[in-house]
Amino acid sequence: MTTAVQAPPAQNQGKAPKSLNAGQGRRGLLLVAPTLVFLAVIIIYPVIQAIIDSFKKDQGLDRSTGLFVQGGAAGISNYTHWILQRCGDQSCPPGTLGNQFYDALWVTLFFTVVSVVVEIVLGMWFATIMNRNFKGRGLVRAAILIPWAIPTAVTAKLWLFIFAFDGIANKLIGLVGIQPRLWTSDPWAAKFAIIIADVWKTTPFMALLILAGLQLIPGDVYEAAQIDGATKWQTFVRITLPLVKTPLMVAVLFRTLDVLRIYDLPAILTNGGGGTTSLSMLVIKQIGAGFHSASALSTIVFLLIAFVAFLFIKFGGADVIQRPPRRATPKDRDKDQDKVAGPATGNPVAANATTPGA
Amino acid sequence: MTAATTTPSTTRGTVQGQEYHQKSDRGARIRMYIGLAVLVIWGLAPFYWMVVTAFRDVGYTFDTTPWPTHVTLDNFTTAFSTARGNHFGAALVHSIIIGIVTTAVAMLVGVFASYALARLQFPGKYVVLGIILGASMFPGVALVTPLFQLFSNIGWMDGANYQALIIPNISFALPLTIYTLTAFLAEMPWDLEESARIDGCTQGQAFRKIMLPLAAPGLFTTAILAFISSWNEYLLAQQFSTKQTQTVTVAIASFTGAQPHQEPYTAVMAAGTIVTVPLIIMVLIFQRAIVSGLTAGGVKG
Repeated sequence: MTTAVQAPPAQNQGKAPKSLNAGQGRRGLLLVAPTLVFLAVIIIYPVIQAIIDSFKKDQGLDRSTGLFVQGGAAGISNYTHWILQRCGDQSCPPGTLGNQFYDALWVTLFFTVVSVVVEIVLGMWFATIMNRNFKGRGLVRAAILIPWAIPTAVTAKLWLFIFAFDGIANKLIGLVGIQPRLWTSDPWAAKFAIIIADVWKTTPFMALLILAGLQLIPGDVYEAAQIDGATKWQTFVRITLPLVKTPLMVAVLFRTLDVLRIYDLPAILTNGGGGTTSLSMLVIKQIGAGFHSASALSTIVFLLIAFVAFLFIKFGGADVIQRPPRRATPKDRDKDQDKVAGPATGNPVAANATTPGA
Repeated sequence: MTAATTTPSTTRGTVQGQEYHQKSDRGARIRMYIGLAVLVIWGLAPFYWMVVTAFRDVGYTFDTTPWPTHVTLDNFTTAFSTARGNHFGAALVHSIIIGIVTTAVAMLVGVFASYALARLQFPGKYVVLGIILGASMFPGVALVTPLFQLFSNIGWMDGANYQALIIPNISFALPLTIYTLTAFLAEMPWDLEESARIDGCTQGQAFRKIMLPLAAPGLFTTAILAFISSWNEYLLAQQFSTKQTQTVTVAIASFTGAQPHQEPYTAVMAAGTIVTVPLIIMVLIFQRAIVSGLTAGGVKG
């Protein structure tokens, strides 16, 4: 449950007669081989290359000697540049990209915590609404899928228009007596503009994953709770939450990783205005200024995300590797107990359908 | 229970016997409808505002009348006009080419891996699953720096080198494809395959002739998800696309208006509408399939 990779439960082996399934091992490896080759070329090679690059010097003036350096080994200076704010043998002056590292780190973490918390609360609420029986369920689901389907670049432009100074957002807050805001440059307004746009776009997805978990909870559990006289709140805390915990944690993990690498929204909506330069934006800005420093920074971002994923999987109960897909017989499916037994983790990877690498 | 479902008379509010909120009172129903209204407004209102603005005369950009006013098609003409250095029409073609090739390759490679993961026991299976999930968690910026250098060195950073966009896109589409397909394939009635094999088919034949037609809806949904992922990609497209390969997301993000530093909102909203409406239509038609694809492994059917 807690580890990412686990041994297959014994009862799943040898379900079918041996004669029909002989040679599965080799065939299985053969079928996944193309995928592994692809991922090795597209992902593993770049990661290794970036790590190698991060230990090389950027071309430019060496501040300590005043000489132009062509490159060469940099040791860990590209990393100390970001983490210890060292530019040469002095600390980085204000205004340089190196100086923005901690600002970018904190604002990215701020986006992550606020967005994900709001999405959990709203997603939970949306999911409980959609879990009722009502007419037009399909229409509501289609409506809620619209924010998910709109490309993030378009979402950013749409909210840029909504948050324009003469736009509808300022008009609406004016109706309740709030002064108009500069949503793309004011430090707080700009941060919340990004969070609002992000929450709008991704809460539906969160809600659908939670809904999938809710639908696996058998009705008789609630009937029993009702007979025992449980209040609505008790039912929610004692029954619903524990039973949706696994799919919820997986959804939270993937959303967290998504926001940690956020790029499209701040890049287009505020372009870093009001201190909204995210870590990913800083990497892109640095590419023009010094390629090897950018490699070091992208490696730092990669390690940060890997570390957060590790924490979630190790301690957060985000069971991302689903159990081996059980071949449930129709009889099994009718038993509600069995439905609860297999955690529904949904398809969090599909979150990337709209925000790949962003 | 059976009486409630068989009598066609006033079965108001009596939902399935399994549901616990059987004696839902009027207040709960009203709250449910308020909640539903919030959901629908949440999904539709900003999108509605984009469409309304797309059809609004540029002179009335900041008109905040909630319904369509000063309706015109000029913004769509402006969106496609190349007079100000915008190449939105060409970008649409580029995005379609990149999307189709990405989807085709990801599906072709992914379907084999998904079959193995859903159906076969083999050593290292969970390591492979771990790698695929790891790939899906991978930050795009970590690809940009090394690929930027590599593509510069081999001359892919200029001209019509679609592969510079397709190859990184596959790295995002492939984990998505495999994950979704594996969940779909695991849910299928594989007993049919075993029957076919008892009747003398090889495993390959049984898959092609019996299972593949049954898997068609799942394959189709997965293809839609892969295409959307490619269509919506921005970060790498912004870095690696050239004039000849610029994608729609990049075109929209860098739309220039009549004056510098003045956002041509209405034209951008028109372009955004064009980019989004095909996706919305797909979502409306395949809503059930997409939701089951998004939550595959969770809910059946």
